[in-house]
Amino acid sequence: MLVAEVLVARKDDLGRRGEDCAAEYLARAGYTVVERNWRCGQGEIDLIVAKDGDIVFVEVKTRSGTGYGHPFEAITVAKLARLRRLAGAWCAQFEPRARHIRIDAIAVIARPGQPPVVEHLEGVF
Amino acid sequence: MGLARTHSVALIGLAGSLVEVEADISSQLPGMRLIGLPDAALAEAAERVRAAAKNSGCALNGHRLTVNLSPAALRKHGSGFDLAIAVACLAADGVVPAASVGAVVHIGELALDGRLRPTPGMLPAVIAAARLGHRTVMVPAGNADEAALVPGIRVVGVASLRDALIWHGARLDPQEVEVLCAPAEDDPADESLDLLDVVGNDEAILALQVAAAGGHHLFMLGPPGAGKTMLAARLPGLLPDLGPAASLEVSSLRSLSGRPVGRSLITRPPLESPHHTITAAAMVGGGSGQIRPGAAARASHGVLFLDEAPEFAGAVLDALRQPLESGRISIHRANAIAHFPARFQLVLAANPCPCGQYGAGDQECTCPPNARRRYLARISGPLLDRIDIQLTVTRVTAAQLRISADAGRLSSAVARHRVLAARETAAERLAGTPWTLNSQVSGPWLRSTERRLGAPVTAMLDRALERGGITMRGYDRILRVAWSVADLAGVARPGPDEVGQALYLRKGMAS
Repeated sequence: MLVAEVLVARKDDLGRRGEDCAAEYLARAGYTVVERNWRCGQGEIDLIVAKDGDIVFVEVKTRSGTGYGHPFEAITVAKLARLRRLAGAWCAQFEPRARHIRIDAIAVIARPGQPPVVEHLEGVF
Repeated sequence: MGLARTHSVALIGLAGSLVEVEADISSQLPGMRLIGLPDAALAEAAERVRAAAKNSGCALNGHRLTVNLSPAALRKHGSGFDLAIAVACLAADGVVPAASVGAVVHIGELALDGRLRPTPGMLPAVIAAARLGHRTVMVPAGNADEAALVPGIRVVGVASLRDALIWHGARLDPQEVEVLCAPAEDDPADESLDLLDVVGNDEAILALQVAAAGGHHLFMLGPPGAGKTMLAARLPGLLPDLGPAASLEVSSLRSLSGRPVGRSLITRPPLESPHHTITAAAMVGGGSGQIRPGAAARASHGVLFLDEAPEFAGAVLDALRQPLESGRISIHRANAIAHFPARFQLVLAANPCPCGQYGAGDQECTCPPNARRRYLARISGPLLDRIDIQLTVTRVTAAQLRISADAGRLSSAVARHRVLAARETAAERLAGTPWTLNSQVSGPWLRSTERRLGAPVTAMLDRALERGGITMRGYDRILRVAWSVADLAGVARPGPDEVGQALYLRKGMAS
C-alpha cells in the first residue's frame, strides 16, 4: 500500500471508531439506533436514532485531537443543509408520517492512548 | 450557559453614545453572531476577536456566541468595539469576573496576535464616556495618553487582550509585548512662518492683524506673485493660543479624522487649505456610512484658507454659508444627524481675472472684459457679504524692497502680542454680552446710544452711505472693523482715522 492509502485507511478507521463511540453513547442515553451509515444518491447519514417518537439524524465528527480545531467547527452550514435534505429523503422512503424529526451533532475526540470524549449537541439545524 | 455585558462608545460626528455589548453562550455549533447593525469593519470583529483570544492563551468557548450591540437600532461603525466584544465573550465564559467587566467602558481594536491597536476617535469617545457618567475606561496603550487628556475619568491603558484580562482578574501570567503605537505626528505645526518674511505690503500686514484681533473673515485680491498665499499662511501664527474648551474640540476633531493627537492637547489654531478641486462633501463633511468631518470642521477655531477661490465649485463655496452664519455644520442622513463645530476664520485669495494680470500695472491683461467679470462673479454675493475685510494686494516693487531692508519689520511674536492685547480689550468691552470678538457683534448694539461714534467720526462713512457706495449692512461691517482697528491701536474708541482705515480695508476691492 502507498503511504497516502495507509493514511486514508487510518482516517476511515478513526471515523468508524468514532461512530461506534457515538452509537454506544446514544444507546446508553436511551436512544434506539434505527440505522447506521444510511446511503442514498445524495450522500450518507452517519446515524439515525429514535427516542420518545422523535427521529434524530446525527452527524458524527471524530478527531484525534483539537490541533486543527474542535470537531464541531468542521460541521459547516453546507454540511448541515445536506443533512437536512438527506433527512427528508430518508423520511420519504421509510417514515412518511414522522411526527418529529431533529438533527443533532456529536463530536468525538479520540486522543491516542486515552478514552474518547463524546460531546452531544441537540437540535443544531 | 453564560451571559455577560460591558460597555463601549459609538460616535456620530463628535457626539458619542454608550453602547451596551452583551455576549451570550448557547449550546450550539461553534460560531459567533454579531447583531445590532454593525458596518462591514465591525462585522469582521468576530474573526479578529476569535484569533486574538486564541493567541492570548484563552480561546473562546467552543459553542455559539451571540453578541448584541444595544441600542440595536443605532448603526455602529469601525473596529473600536473589538475589545469590548472580546472581554464580554470571555466574561460570559467565566474566564474573567463579569462584575469587573461590566463596570468598565472598553474601546480598542484587536490585532490577531491579541495586541491592541490605537483607534481613531479615542478622544471624543472618552469624553462621551465621561459625560455619560462612567468612571473607568480601558483603552489601547498606544491611545492612553490621548484618553488621559479627558479630566474626571480613570484611564487604563493596556497593551494586549491578555493584559486586559489580567487587569480584570483572570489567572494568567503577564507576557511582555511590544506596544502598538499610533504613527508619529505627520505635520508638526509650522511655527517657522513669520511675518518678518513679508516684504512691503504694509496694509496687508495691518489687515492680517485686524483680522486676527477681531476674528474677521478676509478676502485678498491680487495678481499672482503678490504674496497672498504667503500672507494667509501666517495668519494662524498671529492668533492667540486656544482656550481649554477650544483645544479639546480641535483635538477631538483631529482624533476623529484619524490623525495622531499625541500626549498633550493641541493649543495652536489649525490651518486648513484644501485644494480647489475639493467636493462639497469633503468641505463640510459626509460619508455614506460613518459621517466624517470635512475641511471646514477641521479648521474650527483656526483658519480655513481657500486659495484661488473662484476656481472652487460654486456649490462648495456656498456650502460654507450656513457654517459661517451658525458656527456649526449639521449633516443629515436618513438614520442620523451629525453635528460638527465650524467656527473658523475664512480667508479667501483670488486673482483679479483668469490671466491674473488685470490691474497689476506692469503687464497687460489679456482677458476679454466678459471673462474678467465672470471670473470674480463665481464667488457669490451672499458669501462675499459675510466677509468683513476685502483687500487688494499688489506686487512688491523694487523700491519697496530697498526701503524695507532698513525699516523695522514686524515679527509674528510681536504681532501676536498686539492681537492678544486687542482681543482682551474687546472681551472687556463685550463682557455681559454673548460675544467675545468684534466680528460677532450685532449692528444695533454697535449703533446704540452709548457706543455711537460722533458725527464727525463717521462723516466719511455717512457720506458713502448717502451716495449709495455702501449698504447699511456694509456700514455695520465697517464699524466692526473700525473697533478692531481701534483695539489694535490701543485707542479707547475709533476716531476718524480708524474709521478711515476700516473703510479702506472694506473698499479695497470695488463692491
